[in-house]
Amino acid sequence: MIVVLPIAALVWESKRDGAHAFWQVVTSPEALGALKLTFGAAFVVVLINAVLGTITAWVLVRDDFRGKSLVNSVIDLPFALPTIVAGLTLLTLYGPNSPVGIDVAYTRTAIVLALCFVTLPFVIRTVQPVLLELDVEMEEAARSLGAGQLTVFRRIVLPNILPGILSGSVLAFARALGEIGSIVLVAGATLHTEVASVFIFNVIQDGEPAEASAVAIVLLGAAFVVLLAIGALRFYVTRYERA
Amino acid sequence: MNVPRRLTLRVVALGYLVVILLAPLAMVFYRTFQHGLEPVWQTLTNHDTLHAFQVTLIAAAIAVPLNTVFGVLCALAIVRRRFRGKGLLNAFIDLPLAVSPVVVGLSLYLLYQRTGSWFGPWLDARGIQVLFAMPAIVLATIFVSVPFVAREVIPTLRELGNEQEQAAATLGATRWQRFWRITLPSIRWAVIYGVILTTARCLGEYGAVAVVSGRIEGKTESATTLIDDMIQNFQTGGAYAVAVVLAVIAVLVLVLMTLTKPKEEAF
Repeated sequence: MIVVLPIAALVWESKRDGAHAFWQVVTSPEALGALKLTFGAAFVVVLINAVLGTITAWVLVRDDFRGKSLVNSVIDLPFALPTIVAGLTLLTLYGPNSPVGIDVAYTRTAIVLALCFVTLPFVIRTVQPVLLELDVEMEEAARSLGAGQLTVFRRIVLPNILPGILSGSVLAFARALGEIGSIVLVAGATLHTEVASVFIFNVIQDGEPAEASAVAIVLLGAAFVVLLAIGALRFYVTRYERA
Repeated sequence: MNVPRRLTLRVVALGYLVVILLAPLAMVFYRTFQHGLEPVWQTLTNHDTLHAFQVTLIAAAIAVPLNTVFGVLCALAIVRRRFRGKGLLNAFIDLPLAVSPVVVGLSLYLLYQRTGSWFGPWLDARGIQVLFAMPAIVLATIFVSVPFVAREVIPTLRELGNEQEQAAATLGATRWQRFWRITLPSIRWAVIYGVILTTARCLGEYGAVAVVSGRIEGKTESATTLIDDMIQNFQTGGAYAVAVVLAVIAVLVLVLMTLTKPKEEAF
């Protein structure tokens, strides 16, 4: 009731003016620019967090140092912190009054930074449990047979954690596509840094909700694709258990 | 793995966390209190600020219990029952995680706007205002926080199996007794963890609320939209004060999350 009805209203609204009107809005330079920027930024962010997230997960599972459990808890901070506060924190350190002399406010770099912040936990939290269960003996056996560090990682560790990396990345991608709270403050109001969600927001404020719905449909479609991808991934990973 | 390589990875991982998470957060705390407590206190006791927190708390107070009950029921239905459209229900529960909050806001806007929508004209004729009023804020908050309890409870229920319940049933326990005496106690940590996540999401929601609330100062402004408006109006100090309150709540949530994580459940 609460989820399906509003979505149905959105789809209905966007179809009312026909496919032609829909196409016209989506391919307008402003909307197209916003969509390109959104997907591009999300892609870059997912790559960064896939690599650094995997490294962080590895450090949390295999390494040992003082304060590790504290670090482990801190990972969830982006889930707990309101996104608008996240945006404000980044603006404080990396904005106009930056104490470290880095000012990326109102640039595309700031968008990537904000998205890295909010999507940080996803890959770590999907890779960590797999690494925990992974048998170290397998790696030792490979090493005893003369495999180098890189070979062990590439042939044994990576294939095992790949589904985790992928599902975390897909979740992070979905999150990055729709994010607004952390972006509004750091991206400012320039055309150059307008992502799709901010575009939709601005068009609604201008009193054109029908126009906004066309771009919203594109994001909604992407969300469905993401859900399907996660479903397919889950199906693939459990293929032996089901057999 | 040799020591230098291990240290390199450790430095990379921790450095990333510091640069992107911890340093910015620490900086906000510093900026908030650099002029002492007085201005912070003044902002926080201001009428509009108090009202914004009240709006946020009311929305959370309605959304959290509702989504807890709904989440547990959905999890039970998905794990224990077989019915048509189960896959669909499973997918739709996850939808709020994948959809942009702005899209959620827009959907509610289109559903309830006064003219040309499905519910708007009917409600308007009866003098009920949903959009740009409390009901819309509550609906938006409920929408975005639907999945959390169900997502946490489903795996726990799967692992639990239903042998104990069957045993209780053979001993004559009613369905109600089985739920209260067996199912609920076994999934309680997962439920609590889900409730914490739901609460965090409700208190921090920005995108969906910003679209449907109208952001009328002292009326429909929530804590998160207030921060945004204060920044736009160059009341940076005020924005920091409100942000720090939300950040402190987030840290509390984090502590609770660490304490109740389902996998560390001890019996």
